[in-house]
Amino acid sequence: MTEMTRIVKTIANILFPFTMIFGLYIITHGHLTPGGGFQGGAVIASGCALLLVTYGSRWVLTRIKEKRLAAFESMGAIGFITIALLGIVFSMVFFGNFLAGSNLLFGNVPATGSTLADLNTGGVLPLMNFAVGVKVIAGLFVIILIMSYASSIKEWGQ
Amino acid sequence: MTYLEALIQHSVALIIAVPLLSAFLMPLVSRVHPILRNIFALLMLTVTGCFIGLLTTDVLANGPRIYIFGAKELTLPLVRILFEVDGINVFMAIITIILAIIAVIYSWSFLDKQDGLDKYYTLLLLVVTSALGMEMTGDVFNFFVFLEISCIASCALIAFWIAEGEALEAAFKYIVISSVGALFVLFAVGIFYAQYNALNIATIAQAIQFSFLDKIALILLVVVLGMKAGLAPMHMWLPDAYGRAPPSVTLVIMSATLASFYGVLRILFTLYGNILPTSIRFDLPLNVVLGWILIVLAVVSILIGVIMALIQSDLMRLIGYAAVAEVGYMFLAIGTTIAALGAPYATVALHGGILHVLNDALDIGLLFLVAGAIYYVTKKRSLDDIGGLARTMKFTTVFFIIGLLAVAGMPPLNGFTSKFLIYESVYQLNPILSIIALLCSILMLAIFIKVLYATFFGPELPELKDVKEAPKSMLLAMGIVAGLAIFIGLFPNLFLDSLVKPAADALLNHTQYITTIVGGI
Repeated sequence: MTEMTRIVKTIANILFPFTMIFGLYIITHGHLTPGGGFQGGAVIASGCALLLVTYGSRWVLTRIKEKRLAAFESMGAIGFITIALLGIVFSMVFFGNFLAGSNLLFGNVPATGSTLADLNTGGVLPLMNFAVGVKVIAGLFVIILIMSYASSIKEWGQ
Repeated sequence: MTYLEALIQHSVALIIAVPLLSAFLMPLVSRVHPILRNIFALLMLTVTGCFIGLLTTDVLANGPRIYIFGAKELTLPLVRILFEVDGINVFMAIITIILAIIAVIYSWSFLDKQDGLDKYYTLLLLVVTSALGMEMTGDVFNFFVFLEISCIASCALIAFWIAEGEALEAAFKYIVISSVGALFVLFAVGIFYAQYNALNIATIAQAIQFSFLDKIALILLVVVLGMKAGLAPMHMWLPDAYGRAPPSVTLVIMSATLASFYGVLRILFTLYGNILPTSIRFDLPLNVVLGWILIVLAVVSILIGVIMALIQSDLMRLIGYAAVAEVGYMFLAIGTTIAALGAPYATVALHGGILHVLNDALDIGLLFLVAGAIYYVTKKRSLDDIGGLARTMKFTTVFFIIGLLAVAGMPPLNGFTSKFLIYESVYQLNPILSIIALLCSILMLAIFIKVLYATFFGPELPELKDVKEAPKSMLLAMGIVAGLAIFIGLFPNLFLDSLVKPAADALLNHTQYITTIVGGI
């Protein structure tokens, strides 16, 4: 993909931080509101796709290596399974929620009812959302990157 | 609680978790060194195999075992994801892990000069995970999820030799057929959830009513899983996929196929077990109708498999059609069991069918490994271009002879035992079926004798003068399979008594499966 005009770039520069923050918001609030790791990751990856469209695939490829993204993707999945395996160690059951009620990270147990405001709940669920988020960001971005690379091989050859 | 008890208790989850974790560690490990990657894959599958062994000894001694994810005990309403493992589950898991370990040993030298092997091993381990998950889960939706994982990962593996157009075509055909099939499974799961408000197999099996919607769900599930297992009218993807994928991949895809076959067993015997004897119309019980439909489809797949194998000139495709015929034998046994539910010979047929799952995996697997070895040294697929290989490839020739005798059901190899049990029991239902099965088996022997002469015997071809014997890891993989085939052939009772009979009992005694979960609340 070739780069676009200055107008498009300026708009993309303004929009990009908002997209990132919205995606991160969806990931961190995954255990409270609709959405979660996958949805937030998809939002962030679409922000990265915005960069790719406006600045062109060559510009992006000089800054980001797809091997590194692939490694991040693996790490997201490994993180997810590791948290599940830690459940066996700490609460004697696979996928056990060992952080809930522990007063540590995300350890609050809210009173029954609407507790949308308390982010510090959910036990291991937010951590798993982060792991899924990392996997989805890296995975979707590397797919878009490879597709744009494949489509621009012809252009570069000329 | 001792460590061993804790290990056995958690082995149900670890059997899924270990290959899944190692699949995603694979891209990182293979950055270090290619040999470390191969050792890691082998080691992790061996660890999984040890867990399966532990679980098998426990399940055979103490009956079904359940594992609840994320909670210590069951509470009502039953919303937990849970795995339930009984005799048939551990039997299938053993087959899957044997095939996976052999595939990894084989691909050590078979694919050593190829690109992208980190992704290959990742996908291979994912297929193994999905097959094990399908075989151990106690939840219909979970079954669908693992089915979908196996579709996508297998599709990418079938297209491994992407430079060949046919591999791409086979992969495309596979992904289209299996994703449409997986959606049908999802539809059936939705039907169950809408009616019974449950996704747990045991809970649905206890509550099932056989309403109009249940009939639709039964048809959808049997059709889709029969298709994934390679039953006749929907078998067209199987020879393509088996024939165009690398043989090591074929082995793991075969384990996913057999997991679908297990799905058919679980659905017919457990999920619909309570209502099998209900009569649907004209005093015809459901089990007789269903059994005869399966028998007809099975006979059609045996005939199609054998007749199409007769005219193939591509070796791997030929073996693919032989695999269709073998699937037909398994479904013939299952159909007989269901049609004659309660008769003494129904149990014999089920024993034959279940033992034939193991034998089919080993025999067809061995033939594919030999075909892969021939492709590795000659780079040719067609039977017309190869000949006289026995002069240089002595071990491979011996393995091929073992494989062909086993697949044709000749004593003293493993195929004989299971096929004999099938003939014997099917004869009591209807002698003609047994005669067709026997004749097709003889025809299969003739086909493979033809292949044996075309590839290994006959005059030496000038362009194949410098071929060498296959590398050691491939010979080792073939040797393990051949050894197992001979061992099962010589001591069939060992396997029948220790593994097959508990598996058949677990299927026939479906109330035990239900009460293990429903009674435990």
